[in-house]
Amino acid sequence: MKKSLLVFAAALACANASVQADTLKKIKDSAAVTMGVRDSSGALSYTLGGSRYAGYHVEICQKVLADVQKQLGLSKLDINYLSVTSQNRIPLVQNGTVDIECGSTTNNAARQKDVAFAVTTFVEEVRIAVKTSSGINSINELNGKSVATTTGTTSVQLLRRHERANGVDFKEVFGKDHADSFLLLETGRADAFVMDGAILAGNIARSKSPADFKIVGEVLSTEPIAIMLRKDDPAFKKTVDDSIKALMKSGEISKLWTKWFEQPIPPSNTRVGMTPNENTKFAWANPNDKPAEDYAKK
Amino acid sequence: MSAWDWQVFCKDTIDQAIVASCFGSGNDQSYLDWLLSAWGWTLKVSALALVLALMVGICVGVIRTLPHRTLALAGDAWTELFRNIPVLVQVFLWYFVVPELLPAMKRLPSYFLVVCALGFYTSARISEQVRAGIQSIPKGQLYAGLAMGLTLAQTYRYVLLPVALRMVIPPLTSEAMSIVKNSAVAFAVSIAELVMFARQASEETSRDIEIYLAVTMLYFVSSLGVFALARLIEIKVKVPGFLGAKQ
Repeated sequence: MKKSLLVFAAALACANASVQADTLKKIKDSAAVTMGVRDSSGALSYTLGGSRYAGYHVEICQKVLADVQKQLGLSKLDINYLSVTSQNRIPLVQNGTVDIECGSTTNNAARQKDVAFAVTTFVEEVRIAVKTSSGINSINELNGKSVATTTGTTSVQLLRRHERANGVDFKEVFGKDHADSFLLLETGRADAFVMDGAILAGNIARSKSPADFKIVGEVLSTEPIAIMLRKDDPAFKKTVDDSIKALMKSGEISKLWTKWFEQPIPPSNTRVGMTPNENTKFAWANPNDKPAEDYAKK
Repeated sequence: MSAWDWQVFCKDTIDQAIVASCFGSGNDQSYLDWLLSAWGWTLKVSALALVLALMVGICVGVIRTLPHRTLALAGDAWTELFRNIPVLVQVFLWYFVVPELLPAMKRLPSYFLVVCALGFYTSARISEQVRAGIQSIPKGQLYAGLAMGLTLAQTYRYVLLPVALRMVIPPLTSEAMSIVKNSAVAFAVSIAELVMFARQASEETSRDIEIYLAVTMLYFVSSLGVFALARLIEIKVKVPGFLGAKQ
């Protein structure tokens, strides 16, 4: 709370100040770059404790920044990690605090007005997690049940839209972060947890007894997740895009996927156990930065 | 950052289209409707918590001044217990931990548990002020009351409390104003109040500044309302020639 207010104040203060749009020059001049990371965004980006961060997107960004360093001919490039939240990530990228955000940000049309996105590295599908013992298998069986989701995510809006369109009536409960929402499901305050599949899989893998939970039902929404950059900085975007496209072309990206989503990962050495879905494979084969709205049309 | 766009409050929460009247109709809801309902939740949680806090706080404050060791100790324990645990932690304890111990509490609505957490936390602070108020009255008044043949309860009711409670109205006003602001912790356990509205609506509309300004304004208005009300009570109940009232 305190943090998001601070950021809000910072955003106000910087609202009219000119922000350095040439990120490459900024990195070259300071020999340092700030990477925005998340504390618990499944296997995409998470903390190992202290100021150490890891995950699929974090490793992609580290590879991208190695390319940036090579391109700029820097002998040394300091990477500062800054933990961001759903609420402050966009203002922090806009005002220049964060140069490259490597978390779990959905690329959509509304956000493209404020920030830019690198080519999509992961396509997320919003799913439902339930307790195995509940016998729930689809969203239509959730009528009259309590459904948990996390405040400040697109899933809240999705759920509301679904409720209105299909005339189902959920009792919505909101966790303040994903761990809280999962706790709502675990303690029985909610019958289902609607969220991005990777986050659900990650939370289930880390829970006390993963066999008690399962992911069921139809895909409620498809969202491209991408690395976020400052808007109107084509040179930096091109460098980042080229670097990611090279990973996709060489097939290294699927090795990274296997490392983070299919094999045991630190700190607890559990597996998320999720193979890349068709949409993700398609995005690797045809690199693009289309917003979520384009996926909905298909 | 582009210019401010207050139209955001007229948008429908589903299709983001601007509604002409700014208020949704039927099942449709605009962000303005949502903002007002969020304000309602903030006020509802604050008001209920304040009632609970005043009732419990005054009782515990009185108990702590009684010439009865065990009771006074129990009162002290209450105050220290609830005063020394951060309010957000208390909200989580009531929401996640207590219902595990008492399964019957799982059926209670979550706002009830938040009211308990916020009310008991504030009651600890109020009890401290009430105790200070009572103890600031010269001991002689208690003895005089007892010497006149009043019972201890009558002495409190007719001699000590009428003065002590008037005296603590200003600090109680601050408590009442902070309860409105502290009610922001309720968002953590799924109450659709102002902070939760601010987080979710700014995520959906990307108009963080307009939304946070509106929410700030409503908190300010609510606190000011509480202050005005308390001031009115203070003036109404003042005793002429006493406690700073005009002679």
